[in-house]
Amino acid sequence: MGCSRVVITGLGAVSPLGLTAGQTWDALCAGRCGIKRVTAFNPARFTCQLAGEVPEYKIQQFVPKSVRKATKLMSKDIELAVIAAREAVTDSAIVTKAIDEQNINVNPRRMAINLGAGLISCDMVELAPAVAKSVEQGQFSMRKWGKDGLELVTPLWLLKYLPNMLACHVGIIHDIQGPSNSITCAEVSAHIAIAEAAEVIKRGNADIALAGGAEAKVNPVVLMRQCLLNRATTKHNDTPESACRPFDADASGSVFGDGAGIIVLENLDTAGKHGAKIYAELVGTGQSTSINPAYEHIEPDGKAVTIAIEKALEQAEVSPKDIDLIIPHGTGIPEDDLAEARGIAAALGKETSRIPVWPIKSMVSNTGAACGGLDVVAAVCAMRDGRIPAAKNCDKVADGCNLNIVRQEIKTNINCVLCTGYTFGGQTAAIILKKFGN
Amino acid sequence: MAYDRKNERVVITGMGIVCPLGHDVETTWQAILAGKSGVDKTTIFDASTFPTTFSAEVKGYDYCKYTKHPELHKDGNRGSKFAVGAASQACKQAAISLETDTPADRIDRKRLGIYLGAGEGAANHNAFFGAIAVGWDSANNQMDWEKWTDVAATKMQAMNELEQEANMPAAHLAMMTGARGPVRSCLTACAASTQSVGEATMLIRNGAADVIIAGGAHSMIHPLGLTGFNRLTALSTRNDSPQTASRPFTASRDGFILGEGSAIVILESLTSAQKRNVPILAEIIGYGSSSDAFRITDMHEDGRGAIQAMELALKDAGLTYKHIDYINTHGTSTQENDSIETKAIKAVFRERAKQVPASSIKSMLGHLIGAAGAAELITCVLAIRDNIVPPTMNLNDPDPQLDLDYVPNKPRKMPVNVVMNESFGFGGQNNVVIIRRYDD
Repeated sequence: MGCSRVVITGLGAVSPLGLTAGQTWDALCAGRCGIKRVTAFNPARFTCQLAGEVPEYKIQQFVPKSVRKATKLMSKDIELAVIAAREAVTDSAIVTKAIDEQNINVNPRRMAINLGAGLISCDMVELAPAVAKSVEQGQFSMRKWGKDGLELVTPLWLLKYLPNMLACHVGIIHDIQGPSNSITCAEVSAHIAIAEAAEVIKRGNADIALAGGAEAKVNPVVLMRQCLLNRATTKHNDTPESACRPFDADASGSVFGDGAGIIVLENLDTAGKHGAKIYAELVGTGQSTSINPAYEHIEPDGKAVTIAIEKALEQAEVSPKDIDLIIPHGTGIPEDDLAEARGIAAALGKETSRIPVWPIKSMVSNTGAACGGLDVVAAVCAMRDGRIPAAKNCDKVADGCNLNIVRQEIKTNINCVLCTGYTFGGQTAAIILKKFGN
Repeated sequence: MAYDRKNERVVITGMGIVCPLGHDVETTWQAILAGKSGVDKTTIFDASTFPTTFSAEVKGYDYCKYTKHPELHKDGNRGSKFAVGAASQACKQAAISLETDTPADRIDRKRLGIYLGAGEGAANHNAFFGAIAVGWDSANNQMDWEKWTDVAATKMQAMNELEQEANMPAAHLAMMTGARGPVRSCLTACAASTQSVGEATMLIRNGAADVIIAGGAHSMIHPLGLTGFNRLTALSTRNDSPQTASRPFTASRDGFILGEGSAIVILESLTSAQKRNVPILAEIIGYGSSSDAFRITDMHEDGRGAIQAMELALKDAGLTYKHIDYINTHGTSTQENDSIETKAIKAVFRERAKQVPASSIKSMLGHLIGAAGAAELITCVLAIRDNIVPPTMNLNDPDPQLDLDYVPNKPRKMPVNVVMNESFGFGGQNNVVIIRRYDD
């Protein structure tokens, strides 16, 4: 039942650069930046007024008629996941209930889903009338909320905000009845979800899995949280395009945004049956955790990044010499970039200076639980096209970050890509992909 | 690709719990066998005007008693602090050293993982609601974000915001134990910690780790949690009798009771447990995960996903329904869950359905949401140890449609060797774990 090889057969992405993987990739190649001044709310009094907002869309256009009613229960995080999942399935050769009910070519019980999700923030405008009704003598009163405010909250309100609902909605739309999980490891959620989905296939519990993550971080509470934690840059409110500067000497913080990155993973043995085009093989994953009492950062030496990479190399039976490209987490937060760079260098040794490193958050922003999904989509596109676009906003590499950041576009055969991820709180992950057939 | 199909046997070598019935395993177990209730008026915040005024709180708990370094956890959310206590007990039982600089437990830290079903931490609700109240421009029906920002920037606190993230309880346990192996956190609603135990079992079975600290930690007893569940009408509103409100499988059941806590089990490869010569409490032999793929608001009418999860777990264990001695049900005390779960058990257990005792400890403990499955798993281990099945309390008016043996109102002495633990999450994520008495 189990298998030894898991391949990627479909890609889906929503990002500040576009509503599809193709649009996102083209914009990355063109060096476009999706970071702008926030328009979803008035950011004038925030110390950071920037975000990566996704283009406008109508969610009804992305779901089958039969589930249109369910869109009322979708927070933006869920919508982003639904859109990216639809693209990934359509891009692959699998046909689910949502794509064409007459020609389904999968066994729903042998399909799994594993999506990374964030702490979904409430729409405060939706709650505000209830809050306003709970004010007594100029102050919010919990007693008044319980008595008068609460009943103004829409009955199914909570269901929009449970992180497992991303996987549940996508699962209902595509009739996925096999194993289902929702990884909540903040900015490394999608990396871990992809790793675990591959494990589910390898151990024989499913033949196909949708995996990745989605998160909508353009919300006043999220932005305030990042500002208070000094994770958001405050120096570029007038220069959004140069705001997010991973590994750059002038980096001053990250910029947060909305996104989703979801891929179709398949057991190689069964992928052939429906004529799947195979983008790449997922050959190794590794995981660890940082031990750092300053929970908002990873440990300064990046040891947990090192361990994750070493484990992934071991599982992939790949040596640092084989790696052609690294897509790092690279947030633009100087302490974390330095730690990640040290962690990568410790794992890859003298090969580090050779391997091109291409951080993408300067263009797509930091999309939280979606990061790993977008990174893997970008990695697959780079392999497919033999092309590593130039990194943006890394004009002078920061002291101590001894990485070979891609200065100019490289056109070359790419056989093997390493994606690294980590999060505040410390969890780390590494994923190694290989061009199929090698 | 080198896939290490080691097929290690996975055993439980430590347990710890912080829950409404006690701050350790034995106290909790004795309370359950005595049919005590952990439910009472809500005190964490003023819930006196909410439709539901009671909950199952952890009371009088001090996390500082469980660590030499309380300063490392002082900002942790309630779930993280509960997890510190529960994990400390479990590590002690499994002889896992908390002296992270010089651990003398023969566990390679790169082979020590963490897998929690953990939930969000509570927001500072006064700041949250207070800022909205100031920012709301009711004349124009819109938020004045500048006003909101000025209040939020002074009232919201950086560390409280960070600690709301669901991955933070796992971060605290890493800090406490020095774990460097796979560390994951999942939140599949009410099924989260059964899923974490199941997935952690798979990681060990396949050789990705030797030891994993697994389980759950969660508290949704906060204003927005209570608001959300009350609006869903998922909670009991029997405000005049909190202790009898959780009454799974009765005709008069009217919803579940919000609880909180943390339950942690140490999962270990049999090879590692034998090498370290630590006592083995039980063996995990089966895990099944499925999705309903039906509706966001309802379970599948026939229990399709629940049945599939049970059957996958049995298949994984290499057993049939004939081998199960006891079912620890999800048994939430909602109309829907209890009737569909009963249907699903009947479909899987066929002619034996009415003979296999199937009880719900949520009748005493309330619903620990993300931590529920692991708390229930611990009672399954104790049921095997003591050959006694915990009761479903408050079962005085059985629902005539629900006719399984729910072990009403008092525990039952009987041989217990193989147990099935069931958890079903809102939205249709189902997880089932099977354990058995360890026998080499």
